[in-house]
Formats: sequence, structure tokens, C-alpha cells
Amino acid sequence: MKRFLLPLAAFAVLVGFLAIGLTRDPRDVPSPLVGKPAPAFTLPQLHDAGKSFSAADMKGRVWLLNVWASWCVACREEHPVLVEFARTGQVPIIGLDYKDKVADARQWLDKLGNPYTLTAVDADGRVGIDYGVYGVPETYVIDKQGIIRMKHTGPITPESLNKKILPLVAELSR
Amino acid sequence: MTPELGHFALILAFVTALMQGVLPLIGAQRRRTQWIALARPAAQTHFLLLAFSFACLAQSFLANDFSVAYVAQNSNTQLPAIYRFAAVWGGHEGSLLLWVLMLSGWGAAVSVTSRQLPEVMVARVLAVLGLVSIGMLAFILFTSNPFARLLPAAAEGRDLNPLLQDPGLVFHPPMLYMGYVGFAVAFAFAVAALISGRLDAAWARWSRPWTTAAWCFLTIGIAMGSWWAYYELGWGGWWFWDPVENASFMPWLAGTALIHSLAITEKRGAFKNWTVLLAIAAFSLSLLGTFLVRSGVLTSVHAFASDPSRGVFILILLGVVIGSSLTLFAWRAPRVSAGGAFALVSRETMLLINNVLLVVATGSVLLGTLYPLLIDALGLGKLSVGPPYFNTVFVPVMVPLLLLIAVGPLARWKHADLRDMARRLRLSFVLALLAGIILPQLMGRWTPMTALGCLLAVWIASSTVFQIVERLKIGGGNAPASFWGMHLAHFGIAVFVLGVTLVGGYQEEKDVRMQTGDVVSVGGYQLRLLGISAAPGPNYRASVGEFELSKNGRVLKTLHPEKRQYFSSQMPMTEAAIDAGLTRDIYVSLGEPLDQQGAWSVRVYFKPFVDWIWGGCLLMAAGGFLAVLDRRYRLRVKVAASVPASATA
Repeated sequence: MKRFLLPLAAFAVLVGFLAIGLTRDPRDVPSPLVGKPAPAFTLPQLHDAGKSFSAADMKGRVWLLNVWASWCVACREEHPVLVEFARTGQVPIIGLDYKDKVADARQWLDKLGNPYTLTAVDADGRVGIDYGVYGVPETYVIDKQGIIRMKHTGPITPESLNKKILPLVAELSR
Repeated sequence: MTPELGHFALILAFVTALMQGVLPLIGAQRRRTQWIALARPAAQTHFLLLAFSFACLAQSFLANDFSVAYVAQNSNTQLPAIYRFAAVWGGHEGSLLLWVLMLSGWGAAVSVTSRQLPEVMVARVLAVLGLVSIGMLAFILFTSNPFARLLPAAAEGRDLNPLLQDPGLVFHPPMLYMGYVGFAVAFAFAVAALISGRLDAAWARWSRPWTTAAWCFLTIGIAMGSWWAYYELGWGGWWFWDPVENASFMPWLAGTALIHSLAITEKRGAFKNWTVLLAIAAFSLSLLGTFLVRSGVLTSVHAFASDPSRGVFILILLGVVIGSSLTLFAWRAPRVSAGGAFALVSRETMLLINNVLLVVATGSVLLGTLYPLLIDALGLGKLSVGPPYFNTVFVPVMVPLLLLIAVGPLARWKHADLRDMARRLRLSFVLALLAGIILPQLMGRWTPMTALGCLLAVWIASSTVFQIVERLKIGGGNAPASFWGMHLAHFGIAVFVLGVTLVGGYQEEKDVRMQTGDVVSVGGYQLRLLGISAAPGPNYRASVGEFELSKNGRVLKTLHPEKRQYFSSQMPMTEAAIDAGLTRDIYVSLGEPLDQQGAWSVRVYFKPFVDWIWGGCLLMAAGGFLAVLDRRYRLRVKVAASVPASATA
């Protein structure tokens, strides 16, 4: 009898692992940039190409850098969460419009709402490379000294916002 | 209106599945004839309802009904009609609907073609299929309704993923699902046999054609997926050991083992428990594949299909279906008698080794596929397992298996004569050795791996041919279809191995910067870039390159690779141009525009014998279909009446 239970036992172990696997996000890869200074950049702004934005402008403030694009489907999922969050005004969100067309990006924000304090245009994706962007959307939490404290890969959900991002922001703002 | 009708039909299908799954099962236990008789009509009604539901969804796509959320997500008015139809299974909800439709189709097929089987057996088999259907339909109805309305309706659909807008993808998923789901029939036969306690030769004979048919579809499905990846992804590779590819490959390996193990159980009554376990395993791996693809626990090129929240439901389904069948196995298996004895050198031993090797191969693919997940679950970090692991582990297991293909069919049941076998293999041995020495030289360079590949291919092919010749000498006209089927499939493996070996050993790859007028040489061919121009498509704009292919100054052909930008998703897609041939493919794909002067990065490949890979797969599948046609599967089983007496339960 016993040896005929082996397949069942092996299967039970497998199901256990699969269940744990479900609670994990395979895309959530730790970034080597966490704890390092945010790479410096200066880029034109989306709504005013004459003006530029550089990461150094944010020195002394805790801020979020959110990488998005109008062609990105997952960004649509994340967008309402950001718009809702931006209303609370707790922390500035800077958008990094990644490998996108200015007209498309503006139209996208007009239609779906603009949660960003401002958006910088990374048309050729150079800054994205510096930040190690490999999937849009991605979000970085950057502290007052300009150090990256956290990287979130994939769309922000209300859960990840409340459980991961906000507590960190509150701690850093102190 | 149409979506509601479809939804309603889906609910009715769920109800008929309940009837099909529960009543005949109880009827078979309690010998209630009417309840047993319910199985066939229920299975057929179940199929018709799902076919109707599927047609409703297809109609919503063809009519651009963007008030259906699923249509709005996966279609677009600019999408050509054929892709609007294929988009029905382009997303999560629709592909699940296709899954159950196939399942009910297999069930209906069993109900129609099983006149020669005992009614009780048919009732149990159809009931098990019904139970699986209940689980899948509950999943669809409660978490993934394809008919959910989107109000207010979208003005325009989001469009089908451009990767899927391809003729290959129109047929790849249905074929794959036919195979995946087809193993449900073998599974249902196994579970029905376990319930009745009658694991006998008759059960194995009934399972065989269904298992083989499912295996053929799966073979074609995997081959089409591989072919699609080859010409659509633009990297010129044909297999990536991607988790989702592995998900389809594992049931294939287990199914291959099952086909061979069923042969022993039918002919010799041996390995019954083992065969039942394999039948459960093949379908379990199909379900596991569905879980891996649909839940997104692993990252892969197919990740667009995933949604973790639904994973929980499939995991529960997986646990219930596989867990209960393995419990049934643990309960029933100890009472099954062992089969007849056999000598060390015999067909039984050969098939046993075949099974062990295939199961080891399945296990190593399973381990490699799930390893990142296991390590992450244990909190040991993130890693990915790539082709180096799979090639290192897989090839050593396959080499003895390939060597045995030539030997196994020569061995007699019970006790084989080693000397006689050696005599009959002598010529193949010489030919294989010569091929290993000479063929790589002819291709230009001798390496141990290409020599091994050529040797194996010729070893298998020649011994297959000699065995057919032997048979013809003693009157091949009366050889059963399964004889031809087996040898055709084995020959297909030889073709496949040769293709894999030669393309792996002798392909050439150039990644170059090209401007109009530039020439690149590869594999003795020259490609001249005549120009790159813009061209509109129905739902995309494309840059089309024009390349002139020539050899020794003689112009052969112009090739037109494309780089497409789809409007709705802005996703760039590569359409490689391929000049296919029996002995080589020339493959060109456009990379990125590099500067204002009109220079592009261009990838050019010379792929010798690459089409033999898929040709070999088609031969395997054709061999399988031929075996299914064998007359003896359709004969009314005379022994059936005597089976209860000799049953071992």
C-alpha cells in the first residue's frame, strides 16, 4: 500500500510549492540600484518641451519616479491607482515617459487623467537604461538625499501602495 | 443578445456536465441501466451546447461587438476577419472556452465511436470526462466569463496582441489543446478502470487509439508552435526551453511513454499499475501546463496570458482532479496482479527502458521548469534556468533512447534472441558508423556532436527501413496499420534528429549594419539590400526591406522581411523573410533603423536542414494517425464477455 501512496505524496509537495509560488511575483527582481544614488539625468518636460527637468531638482524631497508609456497596457491598469493617490498630494510623482511619442503621451494623460507633478520625456530610452528599466511600468522611491530606496516592478496596486510604498515614504519623510 | 445566448448555453452546458459526471457514475455502481444510458446523450448534448456557446463568442468577434469586454480587449475593427475569428482564443477566457469545447468534443467522439465497449465502461469514462468539464466550466463561469458585458460599450477594441496575428497562431492553440485535452480521454479510461477494478488488456486496447490520437495532435501543436517561434520571433531559433514550451513538452514526453507502456499492457498484461499512473501523469501534466500558463507563476514570452488571481482556482482544480485520481490509484493499485514474466532480453525490457528514460526526461524538464519557483518559494533568491541546463540534462537521456529505437521493435515478446537481433542490425550499424564519419565531413566540419547526431539518425532510419523490407519479404500486404504507423513515426524521429543536428552544427548567423546596395554573404549565398520602403497594412504600418538572394552571381529570389508597428499597441513586430528549401533556409530579419542615412541592423541566417525538424514531427504525427486506423481497434471485442471472469480485481 505504502509505495502506491508515493505519487500522491510527491504531488502534495508539488501543490504546496505551487501555492507558495502563486503568492510571489516572478517579475519582482531585486534591483542592484537600491541603496545607490539615483542616476542623474536632464530631460525635456512633456507639457513644455522648452523646460527641462533633472533628478537633482528633487533634492531634499522624497519622491516617486514612475516609468510609463502610452503603449503600455499594464500602465492602464496602474493609472487609476496613481490618479487616486495623487489627489492625496502626499508625495510628488514624477513621470518618466519611456520610449513614447509626445503626442500619444499627452493624449493619454488628457483622456485618463494626469497624476504626475510633471513628466519627463525619455524618447530614446537612455535614462531608462541607466535605471535598469526592463518592463514598464516601474516605480522608484527616492529619498531626500537622492538615494533609491525601493524599486517596484509592474503595475502598482492599491495593496502594494498601502503596504509597501506608503510606509516607506512616511518613514523617509520623517 | 448573442452574448447572452452564449452565456446561457454555457450555463446549460455546466448543468449537463453535472448530469454527465454524476448520474452515470452512480448508475454504474448500482447497475441502474437508465442512469448508465444517460451518459451518451448527456455527453453529446454537452458538446452541442458548448459548440453553440463558442459560435456565439465567435459571432461577437466577427460582428465587432465591443460591448463584450473580452471582445473589446482582444479585437479591433481594423483586424482582418480571419484574425478576428482566431482572436476568440487569443486571450484567457476564450482559450479556456476552447479548452472545454475540445474536452466535450473528445467526450462526444467517445460516445459515438464506443459501440463495441461495455456500457458500464462507457458510462464511467464519460462521467470522468464530465467531472473534469464541471471543474473547468465552474472556473470559466465564476472567474473568467468570456461574455461579460462592458457598459458603456467601447468605441474601439484594444486589438489582438500582434504576436498572435499570424497564420501559425490561428491553428497552433487548437492543435495544442486537442492534444492536451485529448489525454483526458486516456485519463478517463484509466480512472474508469481503477473504479471498476478491471485493469486488463481490454482496457489497454480501448485506451490506445485515443491516447495515440491525442499524442498526434499534441505533436503537431508543439511543432507548429516551434515553427511559429522560428519565423515570428525573428531570432531564428526553433526551441527555447521556455516554461510554456516545456509545459507542452512534458505531457508529450509522458504521453510518449504512455503509448509504449500501453503496448505492453495490451499485449502482455504487464505493467498495469505503471500504465495507469502514466495515464494519470500525462493528463496531470496537461493540467499543470494550463496552470503554469494561466497563472503567471513563471515568467515567459507567453506572460501576456497570465493572471495570478485566477491561479488559485486552477490550483484547486489541479489538486482535486489529480489528488483524487492518485488517491484512487493508491487505494486500487495494490490489488492489481502483476503481468506475465519475461526474460532480461525481451521486448518488455526494451519498452521498460524506454519508459524509464522518458520519465527521467519528463522529470528533468519538470525540475528545470519549476526550479526558479522552488528556489523562490524556499526564499533562496531569484534565478532562471536556461538552455544550458536543459541541453546538459536532456541530451544524455535521449541518446540511449534513440539508440534503442532501432533495437526495440526487433525484440520478441517474453524472450528475444540477442544473436538474431545483432545479425539483423549489422548492416544498420555499419551504415550508421559510416554516416557518423562521412556526413559531418560532407557538411564541412567534423565534430563529435554532429557525428553522434548523424550516426543516430542513420541508425534509426536504416534499421526502420530494413525492418520494413524484412516484413515485405514475408508478405507485407497483411501487415497491420499499426506496424506501418510505428515505423513511420520512428523514421520521423530520425528525420527530426538529423535536422536538429545539422542546423545546430552548421548554421551561420550574421548580424550586420546594411545600407542600400550593401551585400552580405552567408552559407555561400549573397544577399544584397535593394532598399527599405514604408508600406501600409490593415492595422499596422511596416518598413519592408527588399533583398536580392543570389548564389555564384545567379539571382534566385527577392526576399521581403518586414518590421511592423501596430497602431493599437505600438508594439514593433518582426516578420522574417525566409527562402525555405529541402536542404537549407535563408532567413532574413530586420532589426532597428540605425541612423538618418537609412542604415538598418539586419540579421541573416543560413539554416541547413532546419525544415527537417518540423518535417520529422509531421512524420511522427502521421505515423500515429496511421496506427490509430488499425482495424483491431474497431473490432467488436469478443473477449469482452470473458473479461469479467478473468478480471483480477
